[in-house]
Amino acid sequence: MIKIEHLVKNYGSNCAVDDISFSVESGEIVGFLGPNGAGKSTTMNILTGYLSGTSGKVSIDGIDILADPLGAKKLIGYLPEQPPLYLDMTVDEYLNFAYDLKGCKLPRAEHLAEVCEVVKITDVRKRVIRNLSKGYKQRVGIAQALVGNPKVIIFDEPTIGLDPKQIIEIRNLIRTLGKGHTVILSTHILQEVQAVCDRIVIINKGKIVADELTENISRAVENNRRFNVKICGPSREVLSAIKSMSGIVYAEALAERDGDAYTYMIESDYGVDVRKKLFYTMAERGWAIIGLEALGMSLEDIFITVVDKSAEDKIRQSKPTRRRSGGKDALEKQVAEAMVQEGAQKRAIADATEIEDEE
Amino acid sequence: MLAIYKKEMRSYFINPIGYVFAGVFFIISALLCCYTTIVSSSYDTSTYFMLMIFAFVILIPLLTMRLFAEERKLRTEQLLMTAPVSITSMVMGKFLAALTLFGSSLLVSCINFIPIYAFASIERGSESYNTTHIGPVTGQVIGCLVGILLIGAAFIAIGTFISALTENQLAAAVITISVILGMVLLSFLNTLIDNYVIRFVIDWFSVLSRFNTFSYGLFDFSALLYYLSLTFVFLFLTVRVYEKRRWG
Repeated sequence: MIKIEHLVKNYGSNCAVDDISFSVESGEIVGFLGPNGAGKSTTMNILTGYLSGTSGKVSIDGIDILADPLGAKKLIGYLPEQPPLYLDMTVDEYLNFAYDLKGCKLPRAEHLAEVCEVVKITDVRKRVIRNLSKGYKQRVGIAQALVGNPKVIIFDEPTIGLDPKQIIEIRNLIRTLGKGHTVILSTHILQEVQAVCDRIVIINKGKIVADELTENISRAVENNRRFNVKICGPSREVLSAIKSMSGIVYAEALAERDGDAYTYMIESDYGVDVRKKLFYTMAERGWAIIGLEALGMSLEDIFITVVDKSAEDKIRQSKPTRRRSGGKDALEKQVAEAMVQEGAQKRAIADATEIEDEE
Repeated sequence: MLAIYKKEMRSYFINPIGYVFAGVFFIISALLCCYTTIVSSSYDTSTYFMLMIFAFVILIPLLTMRLFAEERKLRTEQLLMTAPVSITSMVMGKFLAALTLFGSSLLVSCINFIPIYAFASIERGSESYNTTHIGPVTGQVIGCLVGILLIGAAFIAIGTFISALTENQLAAAVITISVILGMVLLSFLNTLIDNYVIRFVIDWFSVLSRFNTFSYGLFDFSALLYYLSLTFVFLFLTVRVYEKRRWG
């Protein structure tokens, strides 16, 4: 349905999108995940024909977006990061305008009523957009994308700035849309893509670092590696006991103190669950664990975990993984290695400054 | 294109800007018409039209300042640019909407001539002989109207182009005012210069000097071509601005 080949976008000397290739099948919901400034919005803007890539090819349902922009744009409904609303129009006027603009052929009244019903804005159709709440504005933006019943729907950060209840509603809506349309959505929240998407494409610094089915990513992410643990006992001895355990990569006593309990931050090896072992080790020595808190994974952790996990899968299955485009392994490894090194460097710098401080 | 045209027309009248434009247009045209003809007891309308061109310096930017600047600020241009509409038809839709409002205001302001014609017919009735023409020359009035419409179209195209360059409406308005003012004042520069060659060149560029032929009641094709090509060039540049932004 959507095919992106070797897409590059430079802003002057700044490379926003660096040789991205992926494709989306008809009826798929694909999540585009990445930290801020990773190139998500740029990619989406190129997909919808708002911007043009520096080089590379984008085609929607076989139609090249540069060769026949109008034909390709007809197939796409797009909700940009900031919904493009005319604040002085009423919702009805706005949707009618979108209908005219897209040169829609469907019966006007029924189609608009249906769209309003789907996004639940029927009761505000006569109101001026300026006076609507943020959640309703977002929904009007989604309604606009749905007008004309396009085959492909693209959402750029659809749940940003919404309250938790609205977020859940929008996610449910997207999942419903996925039944009849091809959907791409971008976000920097992992839970969001996990909840909604069939497939996740992770992008960082303009490059694709992972392209996996959601279940694989979820599996990789389940094994949380970093914990804050609160243990009663002499801090030096506890720390050395923790460090001597196998599977622990990093441990550190935090300044926090609660009676005779200290808080330690520990980081386990990839794919190793150290919690049980930690409990028994501490119990043996008579130190009570009074708190254990999993720390959220940063996107960087997820990249590393996912890349690591997929390499593991490959060895175990000893057959090609489900990844769509081959020849990316080397790149992924490279990126992962760079990230690990970067982390190590940061840590080294932090340690160095600490030592200096002590002196 | 029709969708954008309709939307622009509607937004002129949802916002106060359309009413402000029409109101100020009618007031200025009525006052100018009154003072240049009835008060100064003259049937010659060419001064009126000449002064109207100066009024456009303020009036046209009101029409054009928000055309693209507002879209860009509200990010609604993303909707237009990702819709199956070409950039050319987007620009034309907006330009034609502004031109329609301008043209219809101009048409309505023609009621200013009714009292002049009425005076003329009374005066004609009281005269016993019909050898001289009394009253405004209708051919000249129509020629001036066509000329002024063409000048308006050229100014609107300039304003449209400037609006596409910025996302600040006020900046767009101020720049448009100064550009149009400069173009209008260019012909006054002529009186200060002795060199014939320079005068000829300035005369060639001047908006007003071409209008003179219209005010004699002559229909000048080279002037028509001049105004139309001015309009075309600036609309073309507006399209290029948007093309360029896509690739930027």
